[in-house]
Amino acid sequence: MTTDTNWTAVCSQNDLVADSGICALIHNTQIALFYIKKEQAVFAVANLDPFSQANVLSRGLVGSKDQQIFVASPVYKQHFCLKTGHCLEDENNSIQAWPARIEKGQVEVLF
Amino acid sequence: MKKTKLVIAGNGMVGHQFLQTLADSAQLDRFDVTVFCEESRLAYDRVHLSAYFSGATADDLAMGNADLYRSWGLTVLTGETVTDINRDEQSVTTDKGQALRYDKLVLATGSYPFVPPVPGHDRPQCLVYRTLDDLDAIAAAAKNATVGTVVGGGLLGLEAAKALTDLGLKTHVVEFAPRLMAVQLDDGGGAMLRQKIEALDVSVHTEKNTQLIDDGEQCFHKMNFADGEVLETDLILFSAGIRPRDELALQSDLEVGERGGIVINNHCQTSDPSIYAIGECALWNKQIFGLVAPGNQMAKVAVSHLTGGSDSFTGADMSTKLKLMGVDVASIGDAHSRTPGARNYTFVDERAEVYKKLVVSADSKTLLGAILVGEAENYGTLLQYMLNGIHLPEYPDSLILPNRGDDTQTGLGVAALPETAQICSCHDVSKADVRAALDSGCCSLADVKGGTKAATGCGGCSALLTDLVNHELEERGVDVNRDLCEHFPYTRQDLYNIVRIEGIRSFDELLDKHGHGHGCEICRPAAGSILASCWNDFILTEQNVSLQDTNDTFMANMQKDGTYSVVPRVAGGEITADKLIVLGQVAKQYNLYSKITGGQRVDLFGARLEQLPEIWKILIDAGFETGHAYGKSLRTVKSCVGSTWCRFGVDDSAGLAIDLENRYKGLRAPHKIKFAVSGCTRECAEAQSKDIGIIATEKGWNLYVCGNGGMKPRHGDLFATDLDRATLITYIDRVLMFYIKTADRLQRTSVWMENMEGGLDYLRQVVIQDSLSLNEELEQQMAEVVATYQCEWKTTLDDPEALKRFRHFVNSDAPDSNIVFVEERQQIRPATPDEKNAIAAEPIKLVS
Ligand code: SRM
Ligand SMILES: Cc1cc2nc3c(=O)[nH]c(=O)nc-3n(C[C@H](O)[C@H](O)[C@H](O)COP(=O)(O)OP(=O)(O)OC[C@H]3O[C@@H](n4cnc5c(N)ncnc54)[C@H](O)[C@@H]3O)c2cc1C
Ligand code: SF4
Ligand code: FES
Repeated sequence: MTTDTNWTAVCSQNDLVADSGICALIHNTQIALFYIKKEQAVFAVANLDPFSQANVLSRGLVGSKDQQIFVASPVYKQHFCLKTGHCLEDENNSIQAWPARIEKGQVEVLF
Repeated sequence: MKKTKLVIAGNGMVGHQFLQTLADSAQLDRFDVTVFCEESRLAYDRVHLSAYFSGATADDLAMGNADLYRSWGLTVLTGETVTDINRDEQSVTTDKGQALRYDKLVLATGSYPFVPPVPGHDRPQCLVYRTLDDLDAIAAAAKNATVGTVVGGGLLGLEAAKALTDLGLKTHVVEFAPRLMAVQLDDGGGAMLRQKIEALDVSVHTEKNTQLIDDGEQCFHKMNFADGEVLETDLILFSAGIRPRDELALQSDLEVGERGGIVINNHCQTSDPSIYAIGECALWNKQIFGLVAPGNQMAKVAVSHLTGGSDSFTGADMSTKLKLMGVDVASIGDAHSRTPGARNYTFVDERAEVYKKLVVSADSKTLLGAILVGEAENYGTLLQYMLNGIHLPEYPDSLILPNRGDDTQTGLGVAALPETAQICSCHDVSKADVRAALDSGCCSLADVKGGTKAATGCGGCSALLTDLVNHELEERGVDVNRDLCEHFPYTRQDLYNIVRIEGIRSFDELLDKHGHGHGCEICRPAAGSILASCWNDFILTEQNVSLQDTNDTFMANMQKDGTYSVVPRVAGGEITADKLIVLGQVAKQYNLYSKITGGQRVDLFGARLEQLPEIWKILIDAGFETGHAYGKSLRTVKSCVGSTWCRFGVDDSAGLAIDLENRYKGLRAPHKIKFAVSGCTRECAEAQSKDIGIIATEKGWNLYVCGNGGMKPRHGDLFATDLDRATLITYIDRVLMFYIKTADRLQRTSVWMENMEGGLDYLRQVVIQDSLSLNEELEQQMAEVVATYQCEWKTTLDDPEALKRFRHFVNSDAPDSNIVFVEERQQIRPATPDEKNAIAAEPIKLVS
């Protein structure tokens, strides 16, 4: 475990798309960012879809299932929890999630 | 323990059922089993033999399977016939000279088609209809024939006639009796059947006694009848009844009936207790059973007796329901009202060509028999009344009179059936069996079918089974939940109506008013599609964008590696040289893989997200539009060249296809929609496999609806004929809008049609007769969609906000380094994981 994580500014709040995703590059890692309007919150998870090995999770549909907010992979439709990265179909294929927030109009990820 | 040597002669439908039952009984290890199978193939489904001429292969019809039999430890010898039984030595000999001892012998030799000994019956091209080999011979003979004649107008004769029409022959049926299906039908039923079959261009000749077949003048044969008339034909199929194959019984002095058939007792034993006979070769109580269900029962009884059980065969019901050349025909019990005191009710609708008869007991309390021609929906119900002696309603005629929507309840509640009621006779499944299947965990119709095999034979029981399963599920408190998803307690149809009626224009509004939670990947695209069908707004507005599947969001189809394909519209498949050149130039400039699609257009693969707008700009400047290859919307209207070029074309199919594609492009629906237009009946555009199919005729256009290829192909139904262009378009408008209004999410038109109560006739009533007074509304809604068409790519290119998302990273111009191509057949393709590792070090080539 590293402890030298920092809140890293990624893009402007205006770049976010409500109830949908975009992708950002942080130190060579592709990160999918989602803005959920009802929660007024931003979430960050890996962009790499473990099932298809394609960098596409930012292009999935978002939704909720039993209170959990998820993104559905656009390729084979598995669901990943936006808060934890947990894969609802197959725990072993869960993805990384990072804390994210909006500060002074900037989207920041604790990376 | 010494194993019992069990020899079986015959591997037909009943022979196979015998083996299956023995295997299911888990007592196979007590036997050493040898099966002789005269035909070169293992058992196959003779009941569906005719399907061989409408597309089914021998493999589709197979019931027996060499691997399966091997896994059961059986010795199965195909192409080998038992020729002799030596009962003293307990042995059999075969045509290959093999001799084999048996402890028990089972004869399942079936029957053969009877060929009347008319002089000339053995001329070439005089054939029978019983085995797959017969069918191959018929197909070969039909190649050089234009006229075919079936001798025999019974059940099998009419099946054979269907086969001849399928082979494209002008077909005649010659029957000795005064009516068709004399065994099952009375005069009224026979006459109605004849009328319906003649309407299908089959000529029926009754009371014809063939006396001689000799050389014809126009055709290969001439049939000479006793009344002096003649009929010329190229091919003759004899279907004048079946005769049991009892030759082994005769040879070995087993008891046989006066008119043939191996005599058996209630345990299916012949006069020699070590020999059993089952199926169509067996004679029980002076009766031969020419149906598979009684044969299957005999197979079960014989297995039971061999393994120490006590089942017995006590006769079988010979009621049948069939579809002959598309005509529903059913005959139940004492159809000829031979029971003393029996009374009849008949109902005839000459316009709809329906004939129904009920035979009831003298006291009108019980049903003895029935005949249904033209409409046999009530077959299952009537059969249950008859079989179970259920008391008839006060007015028994209500069971055959059409239900005109008043309150008279004509159906027999499945609740009233006793536990022992046999639901499926083909597989001997009772109501108790169905309930047991549900108790043991089946929870849908499909499960029950899989678990019990009910409704997988002739299919005659499927309506009744569906009713029973639904009823039982309800009884168990299972409510079949048709809610769209956890966020909306509504069906898609409900939501569509809500959106229309309340004028809802965004998902948020819909969710606020009628749903909860955040939505999901089911309700978001469904709502997106409904909103688009209703209002046709740009799909990438701020409100709509989060509803689209990724393909719609980026208006391109995502491929396995995260790149996209580009499919511009090529209406009707017609394209100019200049446009073709543009496609080639774009493909070259961006190094895209190019392929001609199955939908008569060009697909360019391997575009990265950030390249899509540039590519589309070039295409749109060259006059292309989006092809909606990504949408649940109109895809393509396939065409053939039609009368403009083709020497056979009777109308301008390409021109119509282009107009239709331009009319309906952009229309969003519960699922994708495909059309095709052919210029004549040769059907080069394969219109009958499309949601909307159109074929030119001398007098106009024939319209087919609800066909599809894909996973479960279905031919379209002929909806209306010889339409002029304006009526054609009006009908299509109405059909499509009615589909959009009433279909389930992701339901193709084929499934929609199949689930529609009343089916094709109902759809015709709605669309042609306006039975729901809906047409004006449907047409107006379509007019709005047509008027508000926009090329989504053009709108996007003009909208900087929408364009913002077409880059891989929000904070970098770098491309996705994970996308790697290799070359194959001079074009790119995505690299496999191994190839990626191998070239990991190399930087990817960027195309500027
Ligand atoms: C490109 C093409 C194959 C080709 O190389 O020829 C194709 C490719 C795809 N088809 Fe198809 N289908 C293509 C013609 C067909 C046809 C033939 C036709 O249209 O005449 C059929 C059978 C006819 C039919 O639909 O009735 C066909 C039946 C399917 C099905 C099964 C539909 C069904 O009802 O069973 C799917 C799956 C689905 O839609 O759920 C499908 C889905 C797909 C998808 C969208 C799968 C996906 O999600 O990635 C493929 C991606 C298209 C792309 O990336 O551009 N495709 N697909 C054809 C594009 C035609 C076009 O110009 O638009
Ligand atoms: C076109 C058609 C449509 C039909 N439609 C229906 C229907 O809708 N509903 C219905 O219930 N029934 C229908 N039937 C009847 C049904 O197919 C038969 O009832 C069923 O096949 C009888 O089975 P079986 O095993 O007794 O005889 P078969 O299936 O005829 O099998 C007997 C087998 O034994 C073989 N054999 C004979 N002698 C020997 C020997 N000495 N040694 C080795 N092998 C031998 C034969 O070659 C044959 O393969 C139809 C039949 C046909 C031809
Ligand atoms: S369908 Fe008819 S008109 Fe069209 S190309 Fe084929 S033969 Fe010619
Ligand atoms: S009665 Fe034939 S399938 Fe059920």
